[in-house]
Amino acid sequence: MSLTRAQIESIAHLARLELEPAEIPVYQESLSRILDFVGQLDRIDTGGVAPMAHPLEGLTQRLRPDAVTEQDRHELYQANAPQVAAGLYLVPKVVE
Amino acid sequence: MTTAQWETVIGLEIHAQLATRSKIFSGASTAYGAPPNAQASLIDLGFPGVLPVLNAEAVRMAVRFGLAIGARIARHSVFARKNYFYPDLPKGYQISQYELPVVAQGSLDVVLDDGSTKRVGITRAHLEEDAGKSLHEGLGGLTGVDLNRAGTPLIEIVSEPDLRSAKEAVAYMKKVHTLVRYLEICDGNMQEGSFRCDANVSVRPKGSTTLGTRAEIKNVNSFRYVEKAIQYEAARQIELIESGGKVVQETRLYDADKGETRSMRTKEEANDYRYFPDPDLLPLAIDEAFIEQVRADLPELPDEKAGRFSSQYGLSPYDAGVLTASRELADYYEEVVRAVPREPKLAANWVMGELAAALNKESLEVGSGKMPAGQLAGLITRIADQTISGKIAKEVFEAMWAGGEGADAIIESKGLKQITDTGAIERAIEEVMAKNPGQLAEYRAGKDKLFGFFVGQVMKATQGKANPAQLNELLKKKLPG
Amino acid sequence: MIHRNSITQLAAGLRAKKFSSVELVRAYLQRIEAGQAVLNAFISVTASQALEAAAAADRDIAAGRGGPLAGVPIGHKDLFCTAGVRTTCGSRMLDNFVSPYDATVVAKLKAAGAVTLGKLNMDEFAMGSSNETSYFGPVRNPWNTDFVPGGSSGGSAAAVAARLIPGATATDTGGSIRQPAALCGITGMKPTYGRVSRYGMIAFASSLDQGGVLATSAADAALMLREMAGFDPNDSTSVNTPVPDYVAALDAPLAGMKIGLIKEFLDEGLDRENERRIRDALAVLERLGASVREVSLPNLPLSVPVYYVVAPAECSSNLARYDGVRFGHRCKDPRDLQDLYRRSRGEGFGAEVKRRVMTGTYVLSAGYYDAYYLKAQRVRQLITADFKRAFAEVDVLVGPTSPTPAFRIGAKTADPITMYLNDIYTIGANLAGLPALSVPCGFVAGLPVGLQVVGPHFAEARILNVAHRYQLETDWHQKSPERFA
Repeated sequence: MSLTRAQIESIAHLARLELEPAEIPVYQESLSRILDFVGQLDRIDTGGVAPMAHPLEGLTQRLRPDAVTEQDRHELYQANAPQVAAGLYLVPKVVE
Repeated sequence: MTTAQWETVIGLEIHAQLATRSKIFSGASTAYGAPPNAQASLIDLGFPGVLPVLNAEAVRMAVRFGLAIGARIARHSVFARKNYFYPDLPKGYQISQYELPVVAQGSLDVVLDDGSTKRVGITRAHLEEDAGKSLHEGLGGLTGVDLNRAGTPLIEIVSEPDLRSAKEAVAYMKKVHTLVRYLEICDGNMQEGSFRCDANVSVRPKGSTTLGTRAEIKNVNSFRYVEKAIQYEAARQIELIESGGKVVQETRLYDADKGETRSMRTKEEANDYRYFPDPDLLPLAIDEAFIEQVRADLPELPDEKAGRFSSQYGLSPYDAGVLTASRELADYYEEVVRAVPREPKLAANWVMGELAAALNKESLEVGSGKMPAGQLAGLITRIADQTISGKIAKEVFEAMWAGGEGADAIIESKGLKQITDTGAIERAIEEVMAKNPGQLAEYRAGKDKLFGFFVGQVMKATQGKANPAQLNELLKKKLPG
Repeated sequence: MIHRNSITQLAAGLRAKKFSSVELVRAYLQRIEAGQAVLNAFISVTASQALEAAAAADRDIAAGRGGPLAGVPIGHKDLFCTAGVRTTCGSRMLDNFVSPYDATVVAKLKAAGAVTLGKLNMDEFAMGSSNETSYFGPVRNPWNTDFVPGGSSGGSAAAVAARLIPGATATDTGGSIRQPAALCGITGMKPTYGRVSRYGMIAFASSLDQGGVLATSAADAALMLREMAGFDPNDSTSVNTPVPDYVAALDAPLAGMKIGLIKEFLDEGLDRENERRIRDALAVLERLGASVREVSLPNLPLSVPVYYVVAPAECSSNLARYDGVRFGHRCKDPRDLQDLYRRSRGEGFGAEVKRRVMTGTYVLSAGYYDAYYLKAQRVRQLITADFKRAFAEVDVLVGPTSPTPAFRIGAKTADPITMYLNDIYTIGANLAGLPALSVPCGFVAGLPVGLQVVGPHFAEARILNVAHRYQLETDWHQKSPERFA
């Protein structure tokens, strides 16, 4: 199968990845190769087989008690932040 | 086509914040009003390497809601990731539920304005995490992100498109609001964002069975705005179609100042959420024992309570509905009635009338303690035993409200006891008759309207304390002469 | 020659006060420094913290309160969050990220007394089989520095193979512990899914990732794993069953053990010499009393296509948090929000990561989800069923770890599929969540090859036992590259 340039651009946008124009054909090629490769699964008969979301069959989600166990550590956590003011993470203005 | 030939179809999606102490997937506090990001743990911030662990109380609350709407509780439900990019969504995905929600099909009976009852279907209710908040003002042209709210548990309640008017939609929304507060799973505080509503609105020619294209009006957070937004939107769509246009499936915002809905920038239309089961969470298993435990803990629900009030206290369905609009009000009323068990209707009138008006005026809740149930009961007792008339009682109530004293103390200090001594009333009547010979003559000549004049004069003379029933009877006897 | 010691020997030597942890750490730090230019195994070396921790370990040992690994130097794959220490995942995206917390695995090893010397190089975000995708440059195989060490835990494997550290943590999503172990001639162990906590282990593919060990012997791996494993309430996929003493279980005789040789692994892709080494290894096991038979797992060859749907799907979502907002790389002067996202991520991620994120985005997208993602998860179920059936007949499964020994740097980077096929023998165990390890079993053209041993769920003790008994009879695991002798 062959992905078009438009498809690559649309996937890249969904994934918020800026690609150089020159890169697009490269990704077109490699992604098409990969999708062809995994496409062989199509031929396999999986009638009546449930999809496996977890390797541990039969296990179910643990519930934790409703207790406050965290304190305010925003200064430590925000040490890694690219831009912070008055405790808020800053990004370019979002218009709603 | 005229408006009368169109039908509006509405479905509501309500997001209620669950009143847990900690977040749905982390141990950070959910308390409102903390400084920015003081309650955002590493998990809420979506740091590298962190993992979610599910809050038991959030599950319990969801099951509580499901049982209250008569829904099937899923024995196995699955958390799914809803993937999109937005600054208030730190992981770049929201943990929600998609194909297998914890609560499946249920319904709520809603009493409409005309007194009829409509059964509104609820397609599903599921658990998910709330996003953070963005602030746009005062940051030098930037947007500030506060993730305190990120991770707060939500229950998303999706109605069937069963609603046919803005008023029906509001009635349903109010019913859900009452219910979640009854169940103590949500504080219903719309100003603080604990209870939010999106409305899906479409129109179609009356009689059609296919649905028209719908628009989604997001985040309308008051009963009044929901009503106005839906009315505006329905009218907008009808006009659009009638002038040859087509309704676009889109997200719109309600502008309260302008009273209109506006298309949002295509924030999510272009989004493909790529839902898939969250591999960091295992399937949620809920067994019979758990469900029965939650069921046993259910409080008397609003409909049951209203029905009981009707039969137990002889109240009309409407009055029963008003008194059971909140658990606090219902509990208050019952406390009053326990103290004056022979006067349930009188108690109802006072609670729904004077008390409600006084509370409203000062924007207080019935639980504020301003007028304890016992105190109001004391006043009603004095009306019932004829110590004071209904009219005087209003004066006493005002004094009680202002000064906090009990009814008896005020009646005593202001000398407001009703006059029930026949002799005393007769003497007052005779005085008034003597002072007003002209009107007396006119009355005796046939001007029946003047009866009211004499009532008024005797009341004035007795500072309103004459027992009205006795006064009427005695005037009827004495006036004709 | 202190670096010739195993972890087990070092731990004993420290307890016996033959040497101090500070001396040990100094010696290893010197080797690390000497080897760094050649191998590029480390991304960060935390020398001063290590010496402090070593001094504290010495005090603990003197006071008689040292843990099982007290004073032993180790390294962590740079995918484990280490508090106060740079944690990069081999990526520009996290080049400046200093973790505010310790991964559970890191905390547990600290509690056992181990001393961290640094963070080890890896394929970017664990995506790779050769350690050539790291933002910090490729790692070289200590056996021949023109060759790859394998990946994604290439730095951990190279460092252990060159005896720059006696043991290291690593992670395995499709073979990233076992394959580098095989290519570097050391022992690598991936436990059962859910055995080791994933909290603080930066996620690539959540239903496949597992933390494990690279060391020079099964005995060492057993010791480290015993300290790393265990239930963690912070990880919903962590299993609440007690951790057996893997060390105590090592010496059980193999008489009567039924070994299944995976038929599908003896395919045209397997180098002939490699196959001979495998059969030699099986002969040793038979001498020890085990019986070997061929078993067929017919769906196993579908592992690679299944993996390259499921892993990219999960990673496309796991990596969405890297958006330049709260941590990590942010582009300069973003014009608007979308530009911030697109350029921060475009600049922060390398080509292979972008490729997998895009593949994952595609297979989850509307219209393709059923055909790709659900389909792959169904085939995954078939593969898992194959393993289950096989384990009803045999106690462990064996086969080669990698189709070839190490290859030249740059030899397989042109075509992603060629690179992906390096994991053809290892991926199955990740899909089914099974414990699996690789032990060195000889050389082909002067480069090491490995024997893979796979067990049923929670049979870590059993496969370590097989590996250990094998290592008592052979000395492949004691060989180390001349250059780093």
